[in-house]
Amino acid sequence: MDYSFTDEQEQFRSIVQRFLKEKSPTSEVRRLMETEEGYDPNVWRQLSEDLGLPAIPIPEAYGGAGFGPVELGIVMEELGRSLLCAPYFSSTVLAANAILNTAFESQKLDLLPAIASGERLATLAVTEPNGRWDAAGIECIASPTADGFQLSGTKSFVLDGCLADLLVVVARNPGSAGFEELSLFTLAGNADGVTRRALAPMDATRKLAHIEFNNAQATLLGDLGAGFAPLSKTLDQAAVALANEMVGGAQALLEAAIEYAKMRMQFGRAIGSFQAIKHKCADMLLDVELAKSAAYHAAQVASEDDPDTSALASLAKAAASDAYVRTAATCIQIHGGIGFTWDNDTHLWFKRAKSSEAFLGLPSYHRELLMQQWGG
Amino acid sequence: MADFNEENVRRDVRDWLKANWDPNAKLVDWRNKLADSGWGVPHWPVEWYGKGLPVSLGQVVDDEFARANAVGVAKTGIRMLAAATLLEHGSDFHKDRFLRRILTGEDTWCQLFSEPGSGSDLAGATTRADFDGDNWIINGQKLWTTSAHHAQFGLLLARTDWDEPKHKGLSYFVLAMEQSGVDVQPLRQMNGHASFNQVFFTDAKIPPEHLVSTEGNGWQVAMTTLAHERRGAGGLHGTSREGPRKGNIYDEERAEIATVMEPYKWYPQRAGRVDLIVERAKATGTITDSHIRQEIAKLLILSKSAEWTARRARAAQQQGRPQGPEGSLGKLAASNIARACAHVHTLITQTDVMLTGQESPLGGTIAEILVSVPATSIAGGTDEIQRNIISERVLGMPKEPRFDTGPFRDVPRNIVT
Ligand SMILES: Cc1cc2nc3c(=O)[nH]c(=O)nc-3n(C[C@H](O)[C@H](O)[C@H](O)COP(=O)(O)OP(=O)(O)OC[C@H]3O[C@@H](n4cnc5c(N)ncnc54)[C@H](O)[C@@H]3O)c2cc1C
Repeated sequence: MDYSFTDEQEQFRSIVQRFLKEKSPTSEVRRLMETEEGYDPNVWRQLSEDLGLPAIPIPEAYGGAGFGPVELGIVMEELGRSLLCAPYFSSTVLAANAILNTAFESQKLDLLPAIASGERLATLAVTEPNGRWDAAGIECIASPTADGFQLSGTKSFVLDGCLADLLVVVARNPGSAGFEELSLFTLAGNADGVTRRALAPMDATRKLAHIEFNNAQATLLGDLGAGFAPLSKTLDQAAVALANEMVGGAQALLEAAIEYAKMRMQFGRAIGSFQAIKHKCADMLLDVELAKSAAYHAAQVASEDDPDTSALASLAKAAASDAYVRTAATCIQIHGGIGFTWDNDTHLWFKRAKSSEAFLGLPSYHRELLMQQWGG
Repeated sequence: MADFNEENVRRDVRDWLKANWDPNAKLVDWRNKLADSGWGVPHWPVEWYGKGLPVSLGQVVDDEFARANAVGVAKTGIRMLAAATLLEHGSDFHKDRFLRRILTGEDTWCQLFSEPGSGSDLAGATTRADFDGDNWIINGQKLWTTSAHHAQFGLLLARTDWDEPKHKGLSYFVLAMEQSGVDVQPLRQMNGHASFNQVFFTDAKIPPEHLVSTEGNGWQVAMTTLAHERRGAGGLHGTSREGPRKGNIYDEERAEIATVMEPYKWYPQRAGRVDLIVERAKATGTITDSHIRQEIAKLLILSKSAEWTARRARAAQQQGRPQGPEGSLGKLAASNIARACAHVHTLITQTDVMLTGQESPLGGTIAEILVSVPATSIAGGTDEIQRNIISERVLGMPKEPRFDTGPFRDVPRNIVT
């Protein structure tokens, strides 16, 4: 187990960091979050062509860069810090991993290169209006037809669902229930029988869609009914990526709070000289560093395909969610009234923190998953 | 002074209402009548629109107004803080000039205290007032000014002497808002509402007779305003009259309330809405989740205990006993409750937490709670300041050493641009 990043990884981080610092100042975040698509195609192209970020977790055989969860974690952490508005989580983390975990070789060769190059935007549609993140909550039905399958049902909270060229959809065999007989399918975002509608997200930097499938023709990925294991793996990988994204966001909040506490004067002294504020800052640091350790550790074990990955993914997701939400609240508190205004940037991260807390399941859900694996 | 007892007062006000109340009167005419009669603000002095009644008998008058479904004087917004302050510190000129139109609702007031550079440290105000021989000339900036965009007058705390220690260099003025040197800009909050304003002064003018109390005594006067604010005299007055309300005067009153209360629309949400919790848990089915039940129970215990603590404080006050520590704890308890509510709402709402607006739970109310709760531990004095007050004034702990006692000119502060 590595408890540090290599020099190459640190270099990679600083390249990504530099790029994001330039391309995603909060003025850009604010501009893009008000748009319907929610990203800047130019920046996406540069991020794809110059930095190759969408290729990171995809093996070279499918046009990717062949890196693993640790490098993906580095990207996510920096994305979380900068709040870049881009369909990275949806396409690179969710959809690419779902295809990698599920599809036949020929399908991977067919689908992944365009995702790796950033030309094709894909997303994964798991959750439904019931908001459940466990596979048993899936009600969408895939009915066999002469030349494939037809999907019927409703997906919700689909990340960048209105934007995606390609939808990867989890559905079940008619008449099935629970964790059995689940499969993953692909279809074009604009296919017949697909009705997409934007939802109003609490975190405007992350676009969500409500998607209805009305006998929409779709292609099966991998074997029929064998979707549970690859889906679970995909969600674990996503939890690890999200945990890393969250600690990046928490770090940004921590830095903002400390900078403000050193600068802001009341009663003739910097507010950071009050022990009440100092102790809050020290506690924030403790929170963020513990969460980082959990997130980094989860990325490490995921890269080694450790059988404990699933438990550790949940551990990291729960730890990072709690730390992020607490850090966001404390950051506002340290800013005082200014922290509650729209013009101050803190609320951008606060809303990302709240939304990430629920995305992929609340901390309480993940603590339960952890206990199912560690507590018997 | 007359011999006041409940029975007499009840009979008098009842008779007076019977003879005078008219739901089809014009609102301002009616309120002028109230001002002349003394029944609009019976606890005010007889010379100034009141009847000199003890505050305790005010409830009797309120009850009779409610029974008759009669409209009272204007009480919403900052106006009552202005009135209380002027009654205590104002000259006869001020009382004569301002009080009647406060009661009739013709003038709206705002409170120009907080600044970008002075929030917790309110006495650190740097908005300046310089006398040019004819007028006070005002330059600087205020923040968080509710209703500034439709107020005729503002209660202004400004610095008139930079060589005195900070509390002594402040003066208190009545500023006319409708003048070219006053620029009001709405201030948007993280929850999307714009309830407040920033107010910029560029050579705004105040005539000398609008100085309240004496030069350099502004902090004392401001303490009066703040004391009334803490007692809940400002802002959130609704009317709780029941029964049919048909007639011109009700329409006028409704329009007035809608305007004045608009900035406060989201205030219930910032407290966390503990009232919604159990219903929401039932409606979402999460009420059966043992973890969530524990969290709800913890929240209810907290909120009930805080409510009873507030009642103990009120009972002590009513019995004329000195206030115990329980009186200082409400604000801090409210912050804890608001935070706990946000947490429990999150547990109950689950993935829907990611949504906002009409389509989200309770038509956006839950989302509004989640992005409004952070205000509770800041507005009206932060949690940290409350803890300082409790530890120093209630528990008698040694005071923090001070770094801001010399001439204000030399006190370190941020330069706000
Ligand atoms: C929703 C809302 C409504 C408001 N409404 C009004 C209004 O109607 N009228 C009005 O005048 N103002 C209003 N305010 C302003 C409010 O009173 C101030 O924001 C508040 O007093 C804090 O001041 P500040 O924002 O300057 O923060 P600061 O004073 O700069 O505080 C920043 C941080 O430093 C901490 N701090 C400061 N001093 C100390 C200390 N001595 N010891 C320990 N910690 C300290 C604070 O607790 C806080 O965490 C409102 C604010 C909000 C958010």
